[in-house]
Amino acid sequence: MKTENQKAWFFVLPVLLLVAFNALIPMMTVVNYSVQETFGDNLFFWEGLGWFEQILRSDRFHAALGRQFMFTALILIIEVPLGIAIALSMPRKGFWVPVCLVLMALPMLIPWNVVGAMWNIFALPDIGLLGYFLNHVLGINYDMTQDPVAAWVTIITMDVWHWTSLVVLLAYAGLVSIPDAYYQAAKIDGASNWSVFRFIQLPKMKNVLTIAILLRFMDSFNIYTEPFVLTGGGPGNSTTLLSIDLVKIALGQFDLGPAAAMSLIYFAITLLVSWLFYTLMTKDDLN
Amino acid sequence: MQKRSLVPILYIFFLMLPIYWLVAMSFKTTNEILSGFSLFPQTFTLEAYKTIFTDPTWYWGYINSILYVSINTVISITVALPAAYAFSRYRFLGDKQLFFWLLTNRMAPAAVFALPFFQLYSAVGIFDTHLAVALAHCLFNIPLAVWILEGFMGGVPKELDETAFVDGYSFPRFFVSIFIPTIKAGVGVAAFFCFMFSWVELLLAKTLTAVAAKPIAATMTKTASSAGYELGLLAAAGTLTIVPGAIVIYFVRNYIAKGFAMGRV
Repeated sequence: MKTENQKAWFFVLPVLLLVAFNALIPMMTVVNYSVQETFGDNLFFWEGLGWFEQILRSDRFHAALGRQFMFTALILIIEVPLGIAIALSMPRKGFWVPVCLVLMALPMLIPWNVVGAMWNIFALPDIGLLGYFLNHVLGINYDMTQDPVAAWVTIITMDVWHWTSLVVLLAYAGLVSIPDAYYQAAKIDGASNWSVFRFIQLPKMKNVLTIAILLRFMDSFNIYTEPFVLTGGGPGNSTTLLSIDLVKIALGQFDLGPAAAMSLIYFAITLLVSWLFYTLMTKDDLN
Repeated sequence: MQKRSLVPILYIFFLMLPIYWLVAMSFKTTNEILSGFSLFPQTFTLEAYKTIFTDPTWYWGYINSILYVSINTVISITVALPAAYAFSRYRFLGDKQLFFWLLTNRMAPAAVFALPFFQLYSAVGIFDTHLAVALAHCLFNIPLAVWILEGFMGGVPKELDETAFVDGYSFPRFFVSIFIPTIKAGVGVAAFFCFMFSWVELLLAKTLTAVAAKPIAATMTKTASSAGYELGLLAAAGTLTIVPGAIVIYFVRNYIAKGFAMGRV
């Protein structure tokens, strides 16, 4: 289909230069730090792979990584089915479609620290709407600054609030691309709702859902600002996700070597999982 | 039908709750906020908004944010258009690898890059300028724009290009006067996404600025910590950050679904 043309490189050159400037130079700086030890004053000593070994063996890293995987897994388990369910029950045409879509997309357009601050205000035990409702109407003892479970429930709810619409919009885009004739044929065959979903809607949504899962994986795995503003990683370390821990080490303790090594390990994990999704995706494109 | 529409209604209700709370809080006096729970503002006040619109450190935050977001959107779309065309029409050495490498930049945690970015942009001498933030946001916005535009361009039949060349159009003229108008929905959607991701990002924007180009989000963080508990002011500032997004999304309302699918439906 596509013609071979090596001159196409000139078209991608500006993109390549701009992204390389932003990606390669900082990445090399990180690699540079990751193999050195510093005591300040811009004095550096060769450290080799020592930091990598230290990070990979440290309990703190394992704990943060575990929390990160738990967070991402919970997010995907909740947001993907919920998003599909909402997309399935949305109207296909008419006045309300753009209204629904705009309102649903709204949370995604709010700066991330405002999202955190907003949920903080929302969850204040005595004066926030959510906190007041849980504590004084339902009588549940809720305080996310004291109780790790409450903190986790709050950050998960916040992320569901923030990003489920992404899955909804993607799944919806897949659904509206199904021609009416498919549904009519299914009706004539007497297909049940479930088989319509399983054999018509789900296959049509497969591509967009892969994008949704890929984006949700990458973004939830890299999440920093929202939980940091909401809980600051606490109470204790209970909501210290990988990014939050990384910033604590890099900027809080100024341990550049270990922080850089941790960055690279972190990036490698994201890359590996994303690559798996990407190969799945492009395999579909070829068929 | 009636029962089915309950699901989106409930979902939107859930989405609006925290937003309502933020807006309601912005119209309350500090006294009212701290004295206890009230579902609606009892003494309606515009004091917080007045502060924001009269204090330069506040309103300049908004101007700064809008400036670097706009610069970023223009740069990203301009360079992404020809690149997306190349990916959608031609095969060339290393095209697949390059495309994947571009996408990997969307995966790099911003926290990883904060410090090296600071050093890089200080070394180049554009630290604390709008251009610095705009260029830094290119890291994730250009790959995204290429991805979306490539999706939309893939839907345009190749015959369009071939006919134009047979008719004697030069490439630049074809590209600007025929091709771009054909995919203008895609350009709109890509611009919307660049705007969105540059607008919501804070970590890099905050790292790369000090005073002159400080984003609104950073002004808010500072207020949150230094002024103690000025929740009303914080809520008003937060409410105002929702407005630009709401305006931009109105323009692409008919393409949102397709846009989020990166043009791939």
